[in-house]
Amino acid sequence: MSADTSSSAIGEVQGASLYDVDNPAPYIEAPRKRTSKTPRSTRGNFEMAAWLFMRLSGIVLVVLVIGHLLIQLVLDGGVSKIGFAFVAGRWASPFWQVWDLLMLWLAMLHGANGLRTVINDYAERANTRLWLKGLLYTATVFTILLGTLVIFTFDPNIR
Amino acid sequence: MPAGTLYRGREGMWSWVAHRVTGVLIFFFLFVHVLDTALVRVSPEAYDDVVATYKTPIVACLEYGLVAAILFHALNGLRVIAVDFWSKGPRYQKQMLWTVVGVWVVLMAGAVYPVLGHAAAELFGK
Repeated sequence: MSADTSSSAIGEVQGASLYDVDNPAPYIEAPRKRTSKTPRSTRGNFEMAAWLFMRLSGIVLVVLVIGHLLIQLVLDGGVSKIGFAFVAGRWASPFWQVWDLLMLWLAMLHGANGLRTVINDYAERANTRLWLKGLLYTATVFTILLGTLVIFTFDPNIR
Repeated sequence: MPAGTLYRGREGMWSWVAHRVTGVLIFFFLFVHVLDTALVRVSPEAYDDVVATYKTPIVACLEYGLVAAILFHALNGLRVIAVDFWSKGPRYQKQMLWTVVGVWVVLMAGAVYPVLGHAAAELFGK
């Protein structure tokens, strides 16, 4: 830099204001601020809905699953009593059919969404994520449909 | 702590890790559990044969582990909901974790006899 006789350290462009009270600077919107000109988001609120679903289904599952554990593993002899006859006895009642059906759907969807999050977090390559999630969704749909079919078509007199 | 990491250790991070690990374990069990229950549509014998393996001492220990995973995931899940929706939740997240651990220990102690009693009777006699 050549010797400068000016005592000011501020250069000409920086120092002189282009704007004053009569000629104000144009107002610049904050980045990402939603205005009337912003196009509608095409992403939707899926992630927020998934987040909310985890909390709502979680509360219901606490009741359903702990009740299930009490019945199957703790009360009346614990696991030793379980057998075809025990299942037939419980599914004779629509109450327990609905209980198990709701538990199946909520637990599978809650677990599938949890695993989706885990895959998104740790699988760094796009292709790996695609395949893992494809496998996850296939297994989830299969399991939900199979479980639903079993509850609805259960036949105590199969023999 | 290494630079540039999101992992902060202590109660917050380790409860999150435990929540993930237990969640994944429970999901894999759920998949197997729906398959074994589906055997009621095959025949009573097929179902009873598979359920017999659930009554062996080794699988009883796995069931105790499953109960441990489910109870932690359930209690910590309620804590996560409190952190998200209760205005003072984030401030008390550590206290809430130790409450979760305390309740979990009590429930796990209570589950020893119901879940493992059958296996103990089989191993050591009544």
